[in-house]
Amino acid sequence: MLSESSSFLKGVMLGSIFCALITMLGHIRIGHGNRTHHHEHHHLQAPNKDDISKISESERMELSKSFRVYCIVLVKPKDVSLWAAVKETWTKHCDKAEFFSSENVKVFESVNVDTNDMWLMMRKAYKYAFDKYRDQYNWFFLARPSTFAVIENLKYFLLKKDPSQPFYLGHSVKSGDLDYVSVDGGIVLSIESMKRLNSLLSVPEKCPEQGGMIWKLSEDKQLAICLKYAGVFAENAEDAYGKDVFNTKSVGLFIKEAMTNHPNQVVEGCCSDMAVTFNGLSPNQMHVMMYGVYRLRAFGHVFNDALVFLPPNGSEND
Amino acid sequence: MASKSWLNFLIFLCGSAIGFFLCSQLFSILLGEEGDTQPSMLHNDPHAGHLDDNGHSHLKGQVDFNADSSQHKDENTDIAENLYQKVKILCWVMTSPQNLEKKAKHVKATWAQRCNKVLFMSSEENQDFPTVGLKTKEGREQLYWKTIKAFQYVYDHYLEDADWFMKADDDTYVILDNLRWLLSKYNPEQPIYFGRRFKPYVKQGYMSGGAGYVLSKEALRRFVDAFKTEKCTHSSSIEDLALGRCMEIINVEAGDSRDTTGKETFHPFVPEHHLIKGYLPKTFWYWNYNYYPPVEGPGCCSDIAVSFHYVDSTTMYELEYLVYHLRPYGYLYRYQPALPEDILKEINQANKNEDTKVKLSNLERRP
Repeated sequence: MLSESSSFLKGVMLGSIFCALITMLGHIRIGHGNRTHHHEHHHLQAPNKDDISKISESERMELSKSFRVYCIVLVKPKDVSLWAAVKETWTKHCDKAEFFSSENVKVFESVNVDTNDMWLMMRKAYKYAFDKYRDQYNWFFLARPSTFAVIENLKYFLLKKDPSQPFYLGHSVKSGDLDYVSVDGGIVLSIESMKRLNSLLSVPEKCPEQGGMIWKLSEDKQLAICLKYAGVFAENAEDAYGKDVFNTKSVGLFIKEAMTNHPNQVVEGCCSDMAVTFNGLSPNQMHVMMYGVYRLRAFGHVFNDALVFLPPNGSEND
Repeated sequence: MASKSWLNFLIFLCGSAIGFFLCSQLFSILLGEEGDTQPSMLHNDPHAGHLDDNGHSHLKGQVDFNADSSQHKDENTDIAENLYQKVKILCWVMTSPQNLEKKAKHVKATWAQRCNKVLFMSSEENQDFPTVGLKTKEGREQLYWKTIKAFQYVYDHYLEDADWFMKADDDTYVILDNLRWLLSKYNPEQPIYFGRRFKPYVKQGYMSGGAGYVLSKEALRRFVDAFKTEKCTHSSSIEDLALGRCMEIINVEAGDSRDTTGKETFHPFVPEHHLIKGYLPKTFWYWNYNYYPPVEGPGCCSDIAVSFHYVDSTTMYELEYLVYHLRPYGYLYRYQPALPEDILKEINQANKNEDTKVKLSNLERRP
C-alpha cells in the first residue's frame, strides 16, 4: 500500500513540475516575440504643430485632398434609427460611405452581406471594399452605427502616415497576448493593411470564419488575430499630449467620470481637442454632436491649420 | 513481483497525469485574463504596457495642466481678447444657498470665468463661494425681488466697471465671446436690452428669464431709477415678464438678438430640444411665445449661440468641451460672421503682427 501511494505522489509531483515548466517556457517565448514587435511604434501620436507651420498655403488644399477615406458602417435592422442618424450626419464627411447590412432593409440603401454574424459581416465588407475601391481610397474606416466620427480629425491624425505602410489603428485593448483595436471606437486600416488582410481572408488556417476554439471571439479580436498573421499590429491612437483620439464612450460618460474622479479639472482631463470618435450615442445625440462640432463655437478664436476641408454638399447642421 | 512494479508504474503515470492536469488548470486561472469587457482606467491608459517609453506612467486621473494649456498653442485669440477689452460685461448669476454646490459651482468652473466681472446673487451672503446676500427669502415668488435687488447692488457697486450687465440663472450656459460679438455693434449708452424675445403680454415683447438677458449701461440706470421714482414697482413675481413691462415703461428697447442669417442666439432650452424636430410638442407654450417665427431643426440655433437654459451640471461641462475644445481640424465653417468695421480697424492697428492681418483679411473675404 505504501509503495503504491508513494508512486502516486511521485507521479503527481512530476506531472505538476512538467506542466509548470511547459507553461513558463511557453510564456517566455511568446512574451519575447511580442515585445520585439510592439516596441517599434506602439503609440501613434498626432503630428507636431511645429512641423505644420512649414507647409505653404498652396500645398494645403493638395495635401487635404490626398487623404481619401472610405467609411464602412456595419448595420442590422435593429439599428435602423441609429443608421438614419449616422447616414444624415457624420458619414457625409467621408469621401465615400457605405452601409453593410445583415439583411436587405427596404428603407435605406445598403450592401447586403446576408449574414447576422459580425465577423462574417466584417470580412465581407472589407473584401467588398477592397475589391471595388482599392484604387480610389487609401484609408478605410470601419464603425458601428452607435459611433460618431469627425473625419476631418481623422485626416489630421493621418497627416504624416504613409498609407503604403501597414497601419491598423484606433482604441487598442490588450487581451492576454493579443492587442486589438476595439470596434466600438472605430477601426482604421491603411490600403497596405487592406491588401494584406484580403490576401489572408481566403486562408482558413490563418483567418478562419469561425475563430476561437471554445467560445466565439468578438469580431474585433478575430480581425486582430488575422492581421497579426500578416504582420499588421494594432496601435493605440493618441494626440500629441497622450490623450486617446478614438473613444469607446460618449462625451457625456467621460464628463460624468471626470466629475467623480477629478472634479476640479473636468473638461481639461476629459478628452482630446482633436478627438476622432465617440461611441454609445443615441440618434438625437448624433445631431447634437454635429451642431456642437461643426457649428457651435466661440467667436474670435482663430486657428491656423495645415489642412483645408470644405463643408460637404447635401448636408445641413454642419 | 513484476506485476506489483507494473502496477506501481501505472499508478505513477496516473498520478503524473492528474498532477499535470491540476497544475494546468491552476495556471490558466492565474494567468488567463479577459481584459476587454469594461473600458476601465487601465485600458484607457495608453502607457499600460510601456512604462519605459516616457519614464513615467500617465494615469488618466492625473492631469498635467501644462500639457493641456499648450493644446491651444496654434490658437489665435487676438480678436476674442480685443473684444474682452472693448465690450465689458458684468454677469450676475441668480442662485440660492441650496444650489451653490449643485449648480452654481459648475457655472463658476466653466463660463463665468469669461465675464469681465461675475457676481453670484443669493438670498444669503456666503463669504467662501462667494455670494452676495440680497436679504430676501428663497423661492419662485422671490425671483423678481431678487432681480430688482441684484441690479440695484450692481448699480451701487459696479456701474463703472462694465458696459453691459447680464443676468443668468445657475442652469444657464453662456458663451461670452459670442455675446461680445452681438453687443459690439451697439453703444452701451443706448437704452436697449437683449435676450430671447417673447411676444405675449408686452407690446414690444419681453426677454425669457432662463435664457438670460443683458442690459446696456443706460438700460440699467433707467431700471434702477424707475424703482426710486416708482415708475416701476414689484408688480408681480414673474421676473422676466415684470422686468419686460418695466423696460417698456421706461423706453428701453427690446433688441433683436438674432444673427445675420436670422437664427436665434439666446435659447430657453438645451440644444437637443431645439435641434430635434418634434422634440417639443406642437401644443407646448413655446410655439406661441416666440416673438420671431420659431424654428426647430438645424435652423433653430445660430453657430454663434449665446445661451442655453435648463443645462444640468454634466451638460455644462459638455458644452464647455464642445465650444472651447473639440473642433474639426481645417474645417471651413459655412457661416462666417463679420466684425463691425470700427473694431476691425482697431484690431488691424493694434496688431502689427503680419499673421493676424492675413488671417483677418481671410476672414473678411468669406461671405
